This record gives sequence, structure tokens and C-alpha cells, in this order.
Amino acid sequence: MRTLHPFPGGVHPPEHKLESNSRPIGSAPLPSLLVVPLLQHIGNPAKPVVEAGEKVLKGQLIGKADGYISVSVHAPTSGKVLAVEPRPVPHPSGLPALCVVIEADGEERWVERSPIDYLNLGVSEVRNRLRDMGLAGLGGAVFPTYVKLNPAPDAAIPILVLNGCECEPWITCDDRLMRERAPSIIEGARIMRHLLGAREVIVAIEDNKPEAIAAMGEACRDTDFELVVVPTLYPSGSGKQLTQLLTGREVPSGGRSTDVGVQIFNVGTAHALERAVHHGEPLISRVVTVTGNVRRPQNFEALIGTPLAELVKLTGEPRDDTTGYIMGGPMMGFDLHSTAVPVVKAMNCVIARSDRLFPPPPPPLPCIRCTRCAQVCPVRLQPQDLYWFAHARDFGKAQEHHLFDCIECGCCAYVCPSHIPLVDYYRFAKSEIWAREREKKAADRARERHQFHLFRLEREKKERAEKLAQKAAAAKATAAMPNPDADAKRAAIQAAIERAKAKRAGVVPRNVEALPPDKLQEIQEIEARRAKLREVMEKSGEDQA
Amino acid sequence: MTYVSQPVSVSLIMGKVLLALGLGIAAYVVYFGPAIVISLVLASVTALAAEAFMLRLRRYPVAPFLKDGSALVTAWLLALSLPPLAPWWLIVGGTLFAIVVAKHLYGGLGNNLFNPAMAAYALLLVSFPAHMTQWPAVDMLAQAHLSLAEALRYTFTGRLPAGVTVDAITMATPLDFLKTQLKLGHTVHEITRAPVYGHLGGRGGEVVALAYLAGGLFLLQQRVITWHVPLAMLAALFAAALWFHVFDPDRYVAPWFHLASGGAMLGAFFIATDPVTGPTTPRGKLIFGAAIGFLVYLIRTFGGYPDGVAFAVLIMNMAVPLIDTYTQPRVIGHGRQQERP
Repeated sequence: MRTLHPFPGGVHPPEHKLESNSRPIGSAPLPSLLVVPLLQHIGNPAKPVVEAGEKVLKGQLIGKADGYISVSVHAPTSGKVLAVEPRPVPHPSGLPALCVVIEADGEERWVERSPIDYLNLGVSEVRNRLRDMGLAGLGGAVFPTYVKLNPAPDAAIPILVLNGCECEPWITCDDRLMRERAPSIIEGARIMRHLLGAREVIVAIEDNKPEAIAAMGEACRDTDFELVVVPTLYPSGSGKQLTQLLTGREVPSGGRSTDVGVQIFNVGTAHALERAVHHGEPLISRVVTVTGNVRRPQNFEALIGTPLAELVKLTGEPRDDTTGYIMGGPMMGFDLHSTAVPVVKAMNCVIARSDRLFPPPPPPLPCIRCTRCAQVCPVRLQPQDLYWFAHARDFGKAQEHHLFDCIECGCCAYVCPSHIPLVDYYRFAKSEIWAREREKKAADRARERHQFHLFRLEREKKERAEKLAQKAAAAKATAAMPNPDADAKRAAIQAAIERAKAKRAGVVPRNVEALPPDKLQEIQEIEARRAKLREVMEKSGEDQA
Repeated sequence: MTYVSQPVSVSLIMGKVLLALGLGIAAYVVYFGPAIVISLVLASVTALAAEAFMLRLRRYPVAPFLKDGSALVTAWLLALSLPPLAPWWLIVGGTLFAIVVAKHLYGGLGNNLFNPAMAAYALLLVSFPAHMTQWPAVDMLAQAHLSLAEALRYTFTGRLPAGVTVDAITMATPLDFLKTQLKLGHTVHEITRAPVYGHLGGRGGEVVALAYLAGGLFLLQQRVITWHVPLAMLAALFAAALWFHVFDPDRYVAPWFHLASGGAMLGAFFIATDPVTGPTTPRGKLIFGAAIGFLVYLIRTFGGYPDGVAFAVLIMNMAVPLIDTYTQPRVIGHGRQQERP
């Protein structure tokens, strides 16, 4: 039996799991139009590799991973690409983002699927395949899975944790998935363990999911995986808190769980990995909880790109008092700005909002420093101080008080008797600090550039002046001073001339070399005759003149 | 964004505090007569009116802030600290000072540096010492009993029913009596045989203290307050008293007497636990509480006043920012050596 190491704080809001976890995972019908965003993960958006008008097959690559922190995106069904254009996507900002719009042809024709032979392929090859299969964490953070399976060379990851805590209220997609597809999840974990080289595998599930615990226990029976039932306490499913709960190790500030030898994957991710490795299916669908103010709350396996409106329709006629939709849980989720947004890899839950289920908070009162927030903070921050600093725009102080260790779990806001939206203040402070740092960097760069510009002007001026001075000096030197260079040159020329002369003097015509003596005699006689003749001619010449 | 919240509000917290005080007030009425009800009502009305006026002046929405109940808590704590037979202007003036000066001029709810009730109490104590010592005699020892109507008339006009003197209805408090008698050279043993003393502290007063204790335990159970401040304060007071008592029992009264007398219980559970003017860190709360307990003992035993809760709280209020700064808890992932597996 593993000793648990409870993290500080935590809250236990009403669970509201029963609404949606009593029905099996339904399969959402094929919509006529699918909108697939190219950025559904943390990191760089995938690069589109299809164009409007192109035919695509189910599972065909439509967006290629770009850079290290990125994964690919695939066509969820076969059909025709209508457009590659910005469309509304599920994001707190409500801003549109680049999407591939596909008109389904209803044939569901698959691209050729090739399973990954992970035992015989190199680990790095397997990881690249997983990237190309579009795998990202399905717990909600959508971090590229292949990157998480790539431990630093010196850092072994001895513990692999399969996260089935699902601690946020209302969400039950992991619960249903564990009940219905436990063997696939466990197989996925086995592959992950192989890739990571992890020594042990822990499957963590909160004790409010007895059916899931039973199913996963059954699936774990022939393995050495350890099933750990943890108490239901939000936010036990958060990576750092789960790491502490299971191992007692605190993830260092600014670090990740891998820094203390723990790698955590959501159970949904393990399932998706198993589909990818054994069946060659890229990540084109996921289980989504549709709950809240709907008639028949249920989990659905929906294709990525399915418009929200289509998904919501499956739970019955929308109710009149529905005021909007929340993506994620009620603790950390955010408002969706339209029902046109598609299902994305991060969408674990959609909650229909109504004032009855989620009464709007009364206007906030001043903080009375009651420290209920501090008592529930899982990071042991002093939220009332952070609020004070953020409110006063004293961001330096907020940073000193470890603002960036805040995991934005919302426990503080949940218990605040003054109903202050505390997390909003922390996000505001963080974004202000980031903005200021960006501005400062930009200003630094501009200043450096300007200084270099000045330096360059100065340098050029100096160089010009030096050149001018050199020229002037050279002119003077040739005029007045013995120039050693020129002397040497002259000497060299002289020497060459001498050498040539000497050569010429020393040259003996080759045809007179080594002649026999009689011939030499003859030549001399001839020469003598010619000399005589020359004398005579010279004399006569003088006479004539 | 967080869409859900616990069904808790400032009004609810303040309401629970008022509820917890109820038992103490009941015991008060039983042992010291109905006059305390007059002070409570007077202080409440004044506090709400002053709060509304200040909110309007500061252009704050009046209704939601008035409903938070914090003004009522201040009023009640002040009324319970004052002698119930005090003249009306003392109560009204004190409450006005608490709400207008100590609370709103410091920025209102959540921003005041000093506990408003204690600031007003201290002001009244140094300004009107004679009026502040007119404590009612406990019922069984009083030579005359005032009905509610008579008490009302006395509070507003200072006139007593025919044949009743002030001395007939008032009496030195057990702490005061102890102090003066010790000065006269009597031993603790002799003094505490006087009829004003009960089993633990003063007669009647000890029961009121127990009622406050019960109210405080209710607040603990309801998680309105944490255990740190009350425990630290009472433990420090007890420890200091025990030390001197063991050392010289003739000059230094027993520790349980200190716990059961004066403002110890009210202070420990209702005043020193004021979140606005107290520290926020667990260690800070312990230091804050212990320092108050220790100061209360020093003031009671060696100071010029018979009780010292108000001054001890005000002194420690000033130290709160310092205490908070030096007692920040270790944030998860910081400090402690992280061993790699």
C-alpha cells in the first residue's frame, strides 16, 4: 500500500458527476461540415498541407507539425476541403484562428493505416510517428505527447503516472473511458513505459469513481502496475499536486514533474496512443462530456472538428434558460463565445450554463483577510496578499510573493466570502508582467540597436579619418623619407639586370662546345682571316670617307 | 474562470460571530442585569447610521456594505467592553469614533489598521476614566437592581430610582479589586476570599467568560476563526501567570483567574481574531496571539490599568505587517532540498 502525501489545501465542491456518468459513451454522428483548427495543442500551429478543393481521406494529414513543440493535424473524415481560413475556435479570447474546413462525403474512407512497430523501431522514430499522428495530452493541457515521451538524456523517468483523477466537478469523460476501455488505456500505458524506460507505473483514480477503479483494476491484473485510489479532493488531478500526493516530492518552482522523476499522462492520452500505435489511427476523435443545463447529459465520442451546436443537439432540445457554454470544468474552464466552435483535442467537457446551476456571484466586497484562500491554496501561497498586490498594480511585489507558482486552480476564488474573482486578478497580474517584460526586451533591443548605430557611425568616422591620415603620411614619406620598400625594389631590379648580364656573358654557343681541336684550329684561322679582312675593309672605308 | 463558489459570504461570517456572542450576552444579562441590552442597541443603531453615512459620503453602495454585518460586530464588541451603565453619549461617541475614524478614515472594511472596537475603547478609557470604571455589581451582591426602564433612564439622564445610590449598583471589578488590594499589602490568598470572587475568577464574570469560550468554540467549529490566535493568546497568558504564580503565589494570582477574568475570553475568541487587523500567516497568528496574551499579563500585573486586552491588541495591530513579512510560509516547490530519485 502506497503512503499518500497530501498536498496542502484543496477543496471539495459538489461533484455533479452522476448527471453524465450513468450513460455509456455515445458516438456522435458524422456532421456534414467539420472545422479543424491547425492549433489544437500547446506550441506552434501545424502548417496546412492541403488547399481548398482538394479531396482528403479520413486520417489524412492536413496540417504538418511545425517545430519541436508542435504536432500534426488530420482530416477527421473523408471529403473535400472547402477552405483553409480563420474560423471561430474554442479559446478564451474568442479570436478566430486558421482552420481547415472539410465537407464530409459520408463515405468515411480511411487513408492507409499503418500500426507502429514500437518494439522494433528506434524510440526516436516512434516518437516522431506519434508527433505525426497528432497526439497531444487529452486532459485539457494538450501538450505534445511525443515531447513528454522524450526525457532529457541524463534524466531518467522512473515513475510513469496514469492520471485518472478527473478532479474537476461535472467532467466524466475519463470516468466513462476507464469503465469502457480500460484494456486499451493500460496497453497505451505499457507502450509509454517502454518508450520512457520507466521503472514503475502508477494508475491514480479518485475514490469517487468506484466503477472505473474496478475496471482499471481488472485491466491491471496481469501487470505490475500499481492502482492507487486517492481521496476526492480538488485539484488532485493537477500534475504537480498529483506528483506530491503520490511520491511526496515537490515539483521545484518553475519546473515540471519530470524534474523529480515523474511523468504524468491522462488516461485519454494513453487510450489515443494505443489507437495510434496498434491501429495506426491518428488522433481524430475524443470523448467529450456534454452536461449542465441539458436534457440528457452524456459522454460522446466526437470527431475533432464537429461543431459544438451539433454535439449539444445530441443531448436533446436546448433549454430556454441556457445562457451559454463553458469549456472544461467549472473551476478552470472558460466561456465559449459561440456554438459554431468545433470540438478540439482539448475539449474534455462542455457545460451548458444557466443561472440556476451557476448563479452569478454577488458583487465583490473588499477582502477581509480571512485567509480562507490561504487555507485551501494547494501551493501554500498567500492569495490575499497576491490579490492585494495585483489590485494595487504592485507587480514586483506580487512576483516576490511567488505569483508565478500559482496554478490558477480556482480554490481561492471558490472559498472567498467576499466573492472576489481572485484568479482573474492573478491572470491580469501575470499578463501585465509578461507584457512589461516584452516591452522591456523590445526597449532593450531598440536601445542596443541605437547604441550600435551610434557606435558604427563613430567607427566609420574614425576609420575614414585614419585612412585619410595614412594617405597623407604616405605621400609625405615618398617625398622626403627614404622609402625602404622602393630601395629594395630598385636593388632587386638592379640585381636582376646584373644576373641577366652575367648570364649573357657566360653563355657559350652550344654548337661550339666540345669540338675536336682540329676544328677549333680551323675556327680560329677563319676568325683570324675575318679579322684581317675587317681591318682591310675598315682601312678602305676610312679612305673612301 | 471559477463558476462555482462556496455558499459563504461576509454577512454569513459576521452573522455567525454575532450568534456566537449571543450566549455571552445572555449570561451577562443573567448576572449583571438588562442594562447591557441598552448599550448593545444604542451601539448598533449608532454604528449602522454612521456606517450608512460614511458609505454615502464615500460614494459606496450603501445596501450591500451595510448588510455585510461588520459594523454590527464592531458595535457589539465595543458595547460588551464598556460598562453597561455608562452614559449614552459615551457609547454613542465611542461607536462613532470606531466606525468613522478607526474604520472608514482608514479605508473602510478590510483596510483598517486597528481593531475599531478596541481603538474606541482605548480612546474612551484614557479620555473618560471615571465613567469607564462604573461597572455593575454582580446580581447577587448588588444592593439594588435596576429594571430595564430604570437602566434606560439612568443611561440617558443619569437619574437613579429614589433611594438607590451609584454605589449600590456598581462595584469594582475583580481585576481592579485585586490590583488595589495588592497595593494595600494584602496577599492574593486574602483578597480572593472576598465575596466578589467565584471559583475561577469573579463571580458571574467567570460564567460570562465560559459563555464566551463556548461561543468561541462554536466559531472554531464553524471555521469562522482558526485555533491559532485564541490558543496562543490564552496559552501565553496562562504560561506567564503560571510562572509568576509558582514563583510567588501571594503576590501573583493563579493563571485560571486570568483566563476567567476581564476581557481574556472575549479578546481571545472575538477581538484578537479579527481577520482585518490580524496577521494572515499561521505562524504569524501564533506570534500575534502569544504576544497579546503576554502583554495582557504584563499590563494587568505591572501596568497602570486593571485589564490590558485593548492595549495589547492595539500594540500588536501595529506589528501585523512586520509579523506577516517575516512569517511567510514556504511555498511548495521552494526552499527545501529537492532530492532526485
